[in-house]
Amino acid sequence: MTTVAASPHTGHAHHDDRSFVTKYIFSTDHKIIGIQFLFLSLFFLLVGGILAMQIRWQLGFPGKPMPGGGILPQTMAPGGVILPEYYLQLVTMHGTFMVFFAIMLLLVGVYANFIIPLKLGAHDMAFPRINMASFWSAFISGILMLSSMFVADGAPRAGWTMYVPLSARHDYSGVGFGQELWSISIIFFGLSSVLGSLNYITTVINNRAPGMTWFRMPLSVWALFITAVLGLLAVPVLAGAAIMLLFEQVLGTHFFDPSAGGQVLLWQHLFWFFGHPEVYILILPAMGLVSELIANGSRKPIFGYHSMVFAIVGIAFLSWIVWGHHMFVSGMNPTLGSSFMVTTLLIAVPTAIKVFNWLSTMWRGNLRFHTPMLHAIGFVTMFTIGGLSGIFMAATPVDMFIHDTYFIVAHIHYVLFGGSLFAIFGSIVFWFPKMFGRMMNEGLGKLHFWLTFIFFNTTFFPMHMIGMAGHMRRLYDPTIYEFLRPVQPLNVFISVNAFLLFAAQIIFFVNFWWSMFKGEKASQNPWEDNGLEWTLPNPAPHGNWETPPTVYRGPYEFSAPGVTEDYLPQNRKLPTDREPALSPAGH
Amino acid sequence: MNWWLPPQASNFAPRIDGMFTAILIITAIPFFLVEIGVLIFIFKYKGRAGQKGHYTHGNTRLEMIWTAIPAVTMVALGLLSNSFWVQIKGRNSVPADAYPVGVHAKQFEWWVTLPGPDGKLGRTVDSLISKANPTGLDTTDAGAKDDIVTRNQMHLPAGRPVVAYLTAEDVIHSFYVPEFRVRQDVVPGMHIKAWFVATVPGKYEIGCSQLCGLGHYKMRAQVTVHTQADFDAWAKEHAPQPKAGGE
Amino acid sequence: MSHAMAVGQGGPMDPPFPAERGVDVYNKKLGMWVFLASEVMFFAALIGSYIILRFGAPGPWALPGVVLNIKITAFNTFLLICSSVSMVKAYAAVSDGDVGKMKFWLLMTILGGACFVGIQVFEYIHLVERGFVPAGVREGSELAEMVAKGELPGATMGLYGSTFFTMTGFHGFHVTCGVISMLFLYLTKALPGKYTQQDHAGIEVVGLYWHFVDLVWIILFTIVYLI
Repeated sequence: MTTVAASPHTGHAHHDDRSFVTKYIFSTDHKIIGIQFLFLSLFFLLVGGILAMQIRWQLGFPGKPMPGGGILPQTMAPGGVILPEYYLQLVTMHGTFMVFFAIMLLLVGVYANFIIPLKLGAHDMAFPRINMASFWSAFISGILMLSSMFVADGAPRAGWTMYVPLSARHDYSGVGFGQELWSISIIFFGLSSVLGSLNYITTVINNRAPGMTWFRMPLSVWALFITAVLGLLAVPVLAGAAIMLLFEQVLGTHFFDPSAGGQVLLWQHLFWFFGHPEVYILILPAMGLVSELIANGSRKPIFGYHSMVFAIVGIAFLSWIVWGHHMFVSGMNPTLGSSFMVTTLLIAVPTAIKVFNWLSTMWRGNLRFHTPMLHAIGFVTMFTIGGLSGIFMAATPVDMFIHDTYFIVAHIHYVLFGGSLFAIFGSIVFWFPKMFGRMMNEGLGKLHFWLTFIFFNTTFFPMHMIGMAGHMRRLYDPTIYEFLRPVQPLNVFISVNAFLLFAAQIIFFVNFWWSMFKGEKASQNPWEDNGLEWTLPNPAPHGNWETPPTVYRGPYEFSAPGVTEDYLPQNRKLPTDREPALSPAGH
Repeated sequence: MNWWLPPQASNFAPRIDGMFTAILIITAIPFFLVEIGVLIFIFKYKGRAGQKGHYTHGNTRLEMIWTAIPAVTMVALGLLSNSFWVQIKGRNSVPADAYPVGVHAKQFEWWVTLPGPDGKLGRTVDSLISKANPTGLDTTDAGAKDDIVTRNQMHLPAGRPVVAYLTAEDVIHSFYVPEFRVRQDVVPGMHIKAWFVATVPGKYEIGCSQLCGLGHYKMRAQVTVHTQADFDAWAKEHAPQPKAGGE
Repeated sequence: MSHAMAVGQGGPMDPPFPAERGVDVYNKKLGMWVFLASEVMFFAALIGSYIILRFGAPGPWALPGVVLNIKITAFNTFLLICSSVSMVKAYAAVSDGDVGKMKFWLLMTILGGACFVGIQVFEYIHLVERGFVPAGVREGSELAEMVAKGELPGATMGLYGSTFFTMTGFHGFHVTCGVISMLFLYLTKALPGKYTQQDHAGIEVVGLYWHFVDLVWIILFTIVYLI
């Protein structure tokens, strides 16, 4: 295996005499920034999970005092009994924290930052200081969002989708300054996202190592690149909408005020124009990462690499013209319902291609069931369910019935947990040695996977059923409705399994933190992978390579004929390989 | 516990349920293909040391096939769904003889207005809304005098088209009756119509289906679908009494 | 225009290591273009909302010039366009190696931008005094009397105020950021002579931003003040 000169701990022409603060706190090193995002986002994943547990307590045992609820303020949960005031905060903030601060930061903040320069053979991102600003902007955003739960009258209560007029007027929602804090936090988050995106895009376009042509880039980088384009163009629309909402709240503007000629649906159009590309931001990087894990676990090239790229691009392109499927019953012109239905059904096609290609990658492979592969297989099987359930809601007449029910909640969680989160867990284990120089414990990893997989399904699959029965979303007490009382036992079942699901995550957290300090020291390429990052020591040094590696082939040359090993790193030169035609800037 | 969809009590329900079932069957095919495929591959291709995987980068023809089939299926599904959608929500979908019912949503109640013997809903004006006049009924309007206004109660005749005129006073609510399968958001500043035929006499519930604030969970109304005869009797019994001073 | 700054000429604009050929636009410039794409979407959200609200408005919109001062704003527009011209001249100067001229024209650009902001602030103060605020028309103000007399359409003044202040306010914010950035570059790079014919990326990149901000203003001026 060719060893590329790794910078000892220096970058090109820099000596690493950085202080602790510049090395770990205000770092411009993309790897450290990626790890900072990892800690920040795992924290918010935990917060989101704790909020979910309380939601499930109320739904399973409405009106009963929650264990540990005594610490909550009397205005929110007297005697531990959750009030509607608090319940609506729980559902709103669970969605907000999970979508923005957990999944988006885990997929993009962590992996775009950590992986892109390493897999491209670059020293760092194109703009390291802007990268640092992106992290601290997200950090400030998170603090602001968290603080909204602690101001008078607490956090917003209008759902993470913040529909107006409920979210715009304090007298309708009962929320105070928490409402403004949400908007301000989102503006900072938007800034972080845009700064990150412009870094990822510029780096992928301009900073690829010699020989790393577009169609030799790993699919994770493609996915993160396309995701960055989506984020670049969609998040500013959310920022604009959040500003308009903020002004509605504090300056008395009338954008959404029908009594002054404003339009209530304007918010929904703006929000979902952002919101639909957003959900593809939440899944595309996961798909890219899963491709790495499945190819590695199958010891085979990805089946149909070019189609996979076109599918990512196709999904991203279509994602701009489907937003109205969130608004079929909103009062929007029904003709738009027809056009959005067609585009939404079409987006199922590139998604299906990807699933079939992953399956075909496993076909006739030499499968290794390490923890990352288990999670990747979990992704494929669970995301399939989530994606297929989407077809029900794409058909407008059916959506009329299941909109705003738990059928939708089931869909969301099958794609975001069964999809994105499994990909994230698998990726954390896979790149852990690259980040920390140690391996996570494989036994605990497998145990965590199986328990999560089982309890995930027992928690979320029944939500399809209660949705079919008509169970609406964001309901503080479903037993008020006669038609929902027969399904209340399912709510109890779901809640109990949700508690078990949450408990199973303790295994992951223990594994993560314990392994960071006491885990088995990792060899240089513990997964026998082809990515350029595995040609560096673990953890990778500041500046990555002294001179960039040269790339001779694509990223998935597993089980290639003509070499003894069943993997073939991108930069290993074989006698039959020729040097790539260097750009004029090359030496 | 009913594990399937709720009982059908409207003209739309059978076709919506039919579509749901059709989609279930259509999606079951790729579902089983993928899940069983994964299961088989896990056992059949379990790795052995010293072995390699099958080195291939893909198969274009196969990919074209599994692109074309979903694409054709999705387009077909879209076209078939659309004609139904137009029937439910289309601009000209409301039958001319539909019985008009006013549904005014506010935090956290449903105010339902029946048109009375004249079959016309009286005009409502936002500025007239008050505690005594929750729907803003304009009593100077000829059609308003016989309107029956009820709180959290909706009485409907079975077997004839009904068109709900939906208005919201404050935030977005959503009119939803599971057994009818009908759902329509009610938006402040908009006048939205939703039509259906209640086919089975009985008692049902309206559940507000768009988060509208603290009382969202109890924004519930009782729907009673009567036979035409019973409905006429009920309406007669609840007709507004002429008052001396006008309301 | 000299090509000393093109990528691949072995100059300071190259990535500091051999790389696959990207788009032959050096990183800082590519980054600015990418950033401007996000800004296009941001303003599109605000301007798009304005268009939707105006065309869906429940009544006629106030006639141009009744509330806003077209003459002063037209002059302001001219000023901003001139500052774009001076920016171009600054870039041309340093590309040709004339650092002294570049400093002069950069300073002119900064002054032009600062005056634009100053005049905008003045206009805002005047509008608020007359009773025009983001929420519409203030009670008891001069404009409120005009509404009462039917000289202004009361039904749409709320939307008018909301959209006017949000769009022009954020544009003004962007101009201010541009002025501060240019001032920063002027003081830390231009004056100490750190810009040369071979290396003046900062000028080109901030120039791109400045032209974008100017373009947004031309659009805003047309659809807010003229139509």
